[in-house]
Amino acid sequence: MVEMSGAKALIQALEREGVTAVFGMPGGANLPIYDELYSSNIRHILVRHEQSAAHMADGYARIKRKAGVCFATSGPGATNLVTGIATAYMDSSPIVAVTGQVPRAMIGKDAFQECDIVGICASITKYCFQPMHTAEVPEVVKKAFYIAESGRPGPVLIDVPKDVQQESADMVFPEIVKIRGYSPHIEPDVTQVAKVIDLLLTAERPIIMAGGGVHISGAFAELQALAEMLMIPVVTTFKGKGVFPENHPLSLGPIGMHGHAEANKLVTEADVLLAVGSRFSDRSVGRFDEFGRDMKIVHIDIDPAEIGKNKQVDVGIVGDVKVSLKIMLKMLTNRVIRKGEGEWENNQWLKHVREVKEYYRSMIKDHAREVTAMKAIKKLRELLPADAIVTTEVGQCQMWTSLHFDVISPGTFFSSTGLGTMGFGFPASIGAKVARPDVPVVDIAGDGSFNMTENSLAVSVLENIPVIVFLLNNYSLGMVAQWQRLFYNRRMIGVDLKGMPDFVKVAEAYGAQGIRAESMDELEKAIRTALRSDVTTVIDIPIDPEENVFPFMPPGKGLKDTIIAA
Amino acid sequence: MTWRIISALVENKPGVLFRVSNMFRARGFNIESLSVGPTEEQNLSRITITINSDEHTTEQLVKQLKKIIDVVDVIKLPLDNSVYRELALMKLKAEEPTTRLEIMNLVNVFRGKVVDISKRSMMVEITGTPDKIDAFKALVEHYGIIQLARTGVCALPRGVVYE
Ligand SMILES: Cc1ncc(C[n+]2csc(CCOP(=O)(O)OP(=O)(O)O)c2C)c(N)n1
Ligand SMILES: [Mg+2]
Repeated sequence: MVEMSGAKALIQALEREGVTAVFGMPGGANLPIYDELYSSNIRHILVRHEQSAAHMADGYARIKRKAGVCFATSGPGATNLVTGIATAYMDSSPIVAVTGQVPRAMIGKDAFQECDIVGICASITKYCFQPMHTAEVPEVVKKAFYIAESGRPGPVLIDVPKDVQQESADMVFPEIVKIRGYSPHIEPDVTQVAKVIDLLLTAERPIIMAGGGVHISGAFAELQALAEMLMIPVVTTFKGKGVFPENHPLSLGPIGMHGHAEANKLVTEADVLLAVGSRFSDRSVGRFDEFGRDMKIVHIDIDPAEIGKNKQVDVGIVGDVKVSLKIMLKMLTNRVIRKGEGEWENNQWLKHVREVKEYYRSMIKDHAREVTAMKAIKKLRELLPADAIVTTEVGQCQMWTSLHFDVISPGTFFSSTGLGTMGFGFPASIGAKVARPDVPVVDIAGDGSFNMTENSLAVSVLENIPVIVFLLNNYSLGMVAQWQRLFYNRRMIGVDLKGMPDFVKVAEAYGAQGIRAESMDELEKAIRTALRSDVTTVIDIPIDPEENVFPFMPPGKGLKDTIIAA
Repeated sequence: MTWRIISALVENKPGVLFRVSNMFRARGFNIESLSVGPTEEQNLSRITITINSDEHTTEQLVKQLKKIIDVVDVIKLPLDNSVYRELALMKLKAEEPTTRLEIMNLVNVFRGKVVDISKRSMMVEITGTPDKIDAFKALVEHYGIIQLARTGVCALPRGVVYE
């Protein structure tokens, strides 16, 4: 037992969790914490808006697969975090958000900068703590990390009253914590796994649908081994994009609203669907009543509440994806001889898969312009190393990335897929770069989204965290404009961004590098320059505002209603 | 759609009831009644919930409840093997002596109690299954119910079920 202040205990507890960087902004209610941070080795990265602090912690977490940490003061500081916390919650990303709160005696009195952040965050966090006794602080921090990182990960809030930060108490730092209402299911039920194996071995047209759970549990190798052993084609959800190498012959890419046409088609033709770490979101599967009516569905997920939530399944397995797949592989090795490349010729389903894929790939059309989103993204892929990390903003830019950027090295792609938060990508890319400083990190952005959190340029430049903003600039809120063109009879309203601001100048104003690329030549040069640069580069790529994203499954429709082209 | 009882053991600390009820609201579960109270263990409370729903929705509700970190255990109580009770207080208009007598007779039949009498009203206490309380209410409605309060169901399984 050692006597120290709540603030000191908080920082020490973070150090014990191995935290090396926090993203945040100070204010009245968290000054004691900042004062302790002053004498700590933890790096503080000062943000220009707390929303970005949460996104940075989120981007860090998705790449590090450990909790990212953000700090904010009470009231407006805390509410500014909300969008970032909700984004992390929807994508099951572990962040620990530490907010200052007014002193205990002031809580409930509508004090200056008081806000009930615990109440506000109840439905967008896995758990919220508000330590009311100073001596609780070390245990609260330990529990926060345990909850955030284990099971189905997610954000945890720690709201610390200012006087709890200041007061001293005898502190005990627990090595492990137990929470009686919380015990994540890691090990699957092997009898269920055996059932799945039987189903897969007797299936004529099996398909794997891999979701974000594969990324979270890091089950890339196991997934690939399973697919290759049984020669099963793999579609992913958008959240699962890149958990299976997209240049692999068995890869069909993402399904869903803007999934690949072949993936959307083939997934509806399967007789056995193995869904791993996916939550059957409407964006992925379209209509719940229609999807998978004529197939057997197997669902592996760590969250028991996901089994049967959106889709009734034939076999449900609750367990960690990686652990479950490992067990499945082990049980399979006793039963099958690895299928080989010859399968492509002998197996009707695989033949069909290959034909459908080739057919739809040959149907992909591009605009006549020299620089289009598709060409730009393909050029980026060509020039980026395989282990580069790519994230996106939200809108057409995101969907073009989903369609045209093949992720080669599993786990190097992420995006705000659940909440669809504009402004996520840029700060998240900074967080990712902090987690992996050795590889290039790129945010494929839209002008509208980048505008929302572009002030993180200051963070990236001053903190020396160089990333690349690959700005597909259509001078509009393109995705919304597309819906107005297709579903609202071209009654365009609230979507024109009129080419403001000049993003090259914006970049320069922040001390970053801005390059405009109006031809494929210029683009190639710009990408090469950016990759060599040790300062953040914004590549502004003007594209046609009228360009739509296809294929497109219209909202409220099913996968079979996917529109291939205009 | 069937009437069901769900019993949840939860940590007895601030904010837990909020989390539970907030989850119902956020996920669109319709609850019929909810009662909370202390249990045999000092730091655990029991929340008893009744809902009218199908098997699938009930399953989902149970899973979502279990997912809440402060919820320690959740069980579906079998109706045919549980004891469940609700308590109701009803303040009835009773100005005539004959009315009072009639009401007292009914209260006796239902094994209830008259707990307060004033010049113009009587308050009665009825305990039993929600059905029984509904039945009593239907019988006395025509006298005029001035105020009514019900506790929601409280329930336990019969026999020794858990170690
Ligand atoms: C914070 C937020 N506000 C609004 C939306 C709705 N929305 C979805 S896409 C989009 C347009 C995005 O524009 P831009 O970033 O330029 O991308 P583009 O579609 O043009 O590629 C909008 C407004 C959103 N997803 N997030
Ligand atoms: Mg745009």
